[in-house]
Amino acid sequence: MSRLRVPGTLGMLLSLVPAGLAIFQPFALQGVDPIVVLPVFQGVGLLIVAVLLAAAFKSLETRGSLVRSLELIALVGLAAGLLIAARPSGDSAPGSGFWLLLLAVLFQARTSVQRLAALDGVPSLSTATAALFGAWGIYFWQVLIRAFDVPKVLLPAPTDIVVALFEHAGTLGGDFVQTVLKSVLIGYTLGCSLGIGVGFAIDRSPFLQRGLLPLAALTSTIPLVGVAPIAVMWFGFDWPSKAAVIILMTFFPALVSTLAGLQSAGKLERELMHSYAASANRTLLDLRLPAAMPFIFSALKVNATLALIGAIVAEFFGSPTSGLGFRISIEATRMNMPLVWSAIVVASIVGSALYAVLVHLERRINFWHPSIRSR
Amino acid sequence: MSIERLRLHALPVAVLLAALLVVWYAAAVGMNSAGAIERVLTPKGAWHWQDLISATLNMQRPILPAPHQIAVDLWSSIADWPLTSPRNLLYHAGITAGAALTGFAMGVMLGLLLAICIVHSVTLDKALLPWIVATQTVPVLAIAPIVLVILGSLGLTGLLPKATIAMYLCFFPVTVAMVQGLRSPQRLETELIHTYSATRVQTFWMLRMPASLPFLFPALRVAIAGGLVGTIVAELPTGAQAGLGARLLTGSYYGNTLQIWSALIMASVLGIVLTAAVALLEYLVVTRRRPA
Repeated sequence: MSRLRVPGTLGMLLSLVPAGLAIFQPFALQGVDPIVVLPVFQGVGLLIVAVLLAAAFKSLETRGSLVRSLELIALVGLAAGLLIAARPSGDSAPGSGFWLLLLAVLFQARTSVQRLAALDGVPSLSTATAALFGAWGIYFWQVLIRAFDVPKVLLPAPTDIVVALFEHAGTLGGDFVQTVLKSVLIGYTLGCSLGIGVGFAIDRSPFLQRGLLPLAALTSTIPLVGVAPIAVMWFGFDWPSKAAVIILMTFFPALVSTLAGLQSAGKLERELMHSYAASANRTLLDLRLPAAMPFIFSALKVNATLALIGAIVAEFFGSPTSGLGFRISIEATRMNMPLVWSAIVVASIVGSALYAVLVHLERRINFWHPSIRSR
Repeated sequence: MSIERLRLHALPVAVLLAALLVVWYAAAVGMNSAGAIERVLTPKGAWHWQDLISATLNMQRPILPAPHQIAVDLWSSIADWPLTSPRNLLYHAGITAGAALTGFAMGVMLGLLLAICIVHSVTLDKALLPWIVATQTVPVLAIAPIVLVILGSLGLTGLLPKATIAMYLCFFPVTVAMVQGLRSPQRLETELIHTYSATRVQTFWMLRMPASLPFLFPALRVAIAGGLVGTIVAELPTGAQAGLGARLLTGSYYGNTLQIWSALIMASVLGIVLTAAVALLEYLVVTRRRPA
């Protein structure tokens, strides 16, 4: 077994400097007129310092392995958890000891991500690294927002967003139905199938292809989303206008990719089909359609995001009293930021889920493609 | 030879565009006829189908304006008003283009910086890149109202909030393409430059950067288009005074369809011009770097 890299030891040792300094600093300042100082060594602070010290010792082991890294991450996580649990709240403000301990946790968090990233092996480890990085991001977001007492209008803490997500679950559910199940699904299905259908229809007409391709390619430089006000005028406030915008936005990428995909079958394979005396339809079905599938799927994936953007932006122009875009714009003007953020969380989850479904489908259908076989 | 090429490539486009114009005029007649009969023709008494067609194509507030109406509206806004007047569409296009280009420059800088960090750090590659790719599947434009509110409450209005949103849409494609491009040198080339004992910085400037240019420019074209969309959307919720997005919004408030269509055509022209500018830049940079 080759020597594994164990980076970040220096960071762990450096983290002991603020941790040690913190011991004799005030952890929290309570009250207003007679300010009561809560020193670090009187409360849970000493425990945090001990855990940080243990983690630093743990990091000194030079042979990296998955178990050791996980132990280290658990220790750092414990310190971070204790710190957020003991966080000064209510009428007490965080003191310099709290900030020093947070700095120490930051150093150690950095090392924990580095250690996990340095481990080679199963691909799920990279997912775990990204997840750990995201978790640390949310942790510091939460702690810093609370410690600096940032107003919710500027940026709500993650817990505020989660609370809003549960409090307004009914409202957001209605928005989800309006935006995703009505506008996006209908517009996306129609737009993509129209684009792919037209691509197949003009497959035999080089004249139309040469005419349509430059125009279709040009539309990618045009802000098509701007047709939203016209669509609202023509089709009313409800979902048909949003679906119309989505159809227009998704049609051209689907068309361009289908045409490119149908041309992508190699000369060798075409000549082989020709030597079998295969009819044009047979060649299309057995050779050119499978060859086009990766192109079509890349268009479908791009379109999934485009469709969500189209629906949300079209709702900025006018919609019935539901829909994710409507919720975002109306609650932003009311300064109800936790609800805005939770609407964005819903939209993001929908976007990622659509994408994940398409990737899964692609693996089932394009199982033969080198980029999928290599995994 | 060139006539042959013209026949092969320009003719189909021209035929399709002509067909589009015919369909557009037919649709304008069809969609406006009900309104024209009710508001223009019936008060005048008896009318022929010639009157109907001329009325549908010259309405004040048509459901679908005819192409020549849009052309006249565009031309009169450009020719009849000075460049500094809010009645001139070029003024709005200039404001939108300024914000989009500022955001584009900021986004490309951020994207390059992130890509360089990711390429040189295993940790960032594994921890940060998946998040950047994942945000591609998220409707980022939804975040526009939030950015506007946050920057607005910090006292920043005008160009900067719009440019921030444009930046947000610009940096993704640049980062992803540049990570790919900076890694594109093959093992052979990397090892060769290693035998010259080149430093990391030298490797970057002599090998990685030139190798990544073919990846950079397609990303820049995607980025500028995204930046323009971002700017126009950013001009919507604020009730901005100027910019093509604001023209779209006021047009839709007052039911002024001609104004919407003119702004839309202007936005399309702006998109094409900006993309062409990036293509020109690509031509200049890539041909200059190519060995003679």
